[in-house]
Amino acid sequence: MIRTEELLLNVGPQHPSTHGVFRIIVKLDGEVITEATPVMGYLHRGTEKIAENLNFTQIIPYTDRMDYVSAMTNNYVLVHAVETMMGLEVPLRAEFLRLIVMELQRIASHLVWWGTYLLDIGAMSPFLYAFRDREMIIDLFNELCGARLTYNYMRVGGVKWDAPPGWMDKVRDFIPYMEGKLQEYDKLVSGNEIFLARIKGVGQYDAATAIDYGLSGANLRCTGVDWDIRKAEPYSLYSRFEFDVPLGKNGDCYDRYRIRLEEIRQSLRILKQALQQFPEGGETMGKVPRAIRPPVGEVYVRIESPRGEIGCHIVSKGKAEPYRLKFRRPSFVNLQILPKLLVGETMTNLITILGGIDIVVGEVDC
Amino acid sequence: MTDEQKNREKALTDIGNEQNAEREAKLKAAAEARAARAAAKEKAEAEAAEAALAEPPKPPSPKQPELDALVALLKEQINDSVIEDAYVNELNSDMPTIIVNHTYWREAAQLLKEHEGLQFNYLRNVSGVDYETHMEVVYHLVSLASKREAAVKVKTDRKEAAVYSVTPIWATANWNEREIYDLLGINFPGHPDMRRIMMPDEWVGHPLRKDYEPLDSEV
Repeated sequence: MIRTEELLLNVGPQHPSTHGVFRIIVKLDGEVITEATPVMGYLHRGTEKIAENLNFTQIIPYTDRMDYVSAMTNNYVLVHAVETMMGLEVPLRAEFLRLIVMELQRIASHLVWWGTYLLDIGAMSPFLYAFRDREMIIDLFNELCGARLTYNYMRVGGVKWDAPPGWMDKVRDFIPYMEGKLQEYDKLVSGNEIFLARIKGVGQYDAATAIDYGLSGANLRCTGVDWDIRKAEPYSLYSRFEFDVPLGKNGDCYDRYRIRLEEIRQSLRILKQALQQFPEGGETMGKVPRAIRPPVGEVYVRIESPRGEIGCHIVSKGKAEPYRLKFRRPSFVNLQILPKLLVGETMTNLITILGGIDIVVGEVDC
Repeated sequence: MTDEQKNREKALTDIGNEQNAEREAKLKAAAEARAARAAAKEKAEAEAAEAALAEPPKPPSPKQPELDALVALLKEQINDSVIEDAYVNELNSDMPTIIVNHTYWREAAQLLKEHEGLQFNYLRNVSGVDYETHMEVVYHLVSLASKREAAVKVKTDRKEAAVYSVTPIWATANWNEREIYDLLGINFPGHPDMRRIMMPDEWVGHPLRKDYEPLDSEV
């Protein structure tokens, strides 16, 4: 007689395929998952609590450490919230610099995702290619602000450093390089039969479910919902540029894969236009009072990070420190659908689906 | 164990209990003083707001009609006392903001999501705020079809903080509400899985409360 009892299996928090310290407990019936319970909190540092004792400029480095794969967009959401509250104007040159680094960051973030996703599925070499190309962006950022990952680049009212001489030309050279590499990626991976068999039709859900679960980013757009905050509720300078929002139809891992690769292309398109329109001179910091004290009240702003809608809710009592600061982290919200998706799937598909959601645990736990 | 040892131990625990009681009394007094200060401040703010009313009124916000329609609809469909307050948040690009009475929150949430004229089908964010006099849960809603936004607030008592869960209405509220319960100690009756999410299960206290004192200051 074969024993057929259920098996309780613990995955993580130290596991190479969980992208950080994410842990999930799965109940297995043979090879099939009957129940999945994510366990969060292994990277909870209490950013929101710490922030209540810091002024806004001091909080910016903490945002770098939330989504450490996309620190520039995190910087932006915080300074954007404070600027909205105080009604500050940001000089055009600074806003262009912010937009350029955010789009570069989107490309870098999607490259990390692409490389690690294929690594999860079992392809080693794409990871090396992705990190080689991402390194070019990291080098650009390093030259701009002296850090490779935790930039601390933006400030309330502008950016900390102007682009060094020749930096814009390097960005300009990067665009055709990356376009060429994208074609290479497609040739290397996107048509691979084994890869397609692993991701097509896996982790499928429909638009109504996606909206109900509050998914955002590629996780929402893979079901065909046309919702990109850069287009739907334009912030920064996005209304000046032409770009498309790639959409999926089937809501499976394959659609999410296609969307992320296409988003790299669209980001390159935005970058091209931004470099053309980049103002010759101008300030990099606006007129900001010496002590940044937002008026009494509250604000919620949201922007499109590579992972979806990142939001910042500030309650101010007119002090230099926020009374309450809350981040709406896309990874945290997107991950909620995982237990639902996993029921009835195999263990191999757990890795495929988890990777397809694209989480960064620093942001899940905050 | 000899009698002597027993006595000594008992004496020690008595001292420990006394110290604990003293500490608790101190904490309680501090919390009361804090609440009183916050209440006094709020009163002063209200008076200042009244004084501001005497000044000539500003032109109404373009979002004012939207807010009025929302308030009228909720009052008509549910009850006259469903809305405690409603205003346009000028700091936040004129976000229509309503404060819903917590008794009617579940009906109001259902209506906000399902009414044809509103269709707030996407819950973008849930935050909890400790105002020292009371607790507040803020819901940021958007309708993906019409791109209309609204912020909805529900106030609750600090001592037995509880707000009806909206997880059955918007599935996305699930972990958000768990996080608020974990960090602020607001309970959500009707939630399918009310557990801590960030802190360890055996953690004592709710760290984002303004009067939070760590049980073990070394941690």
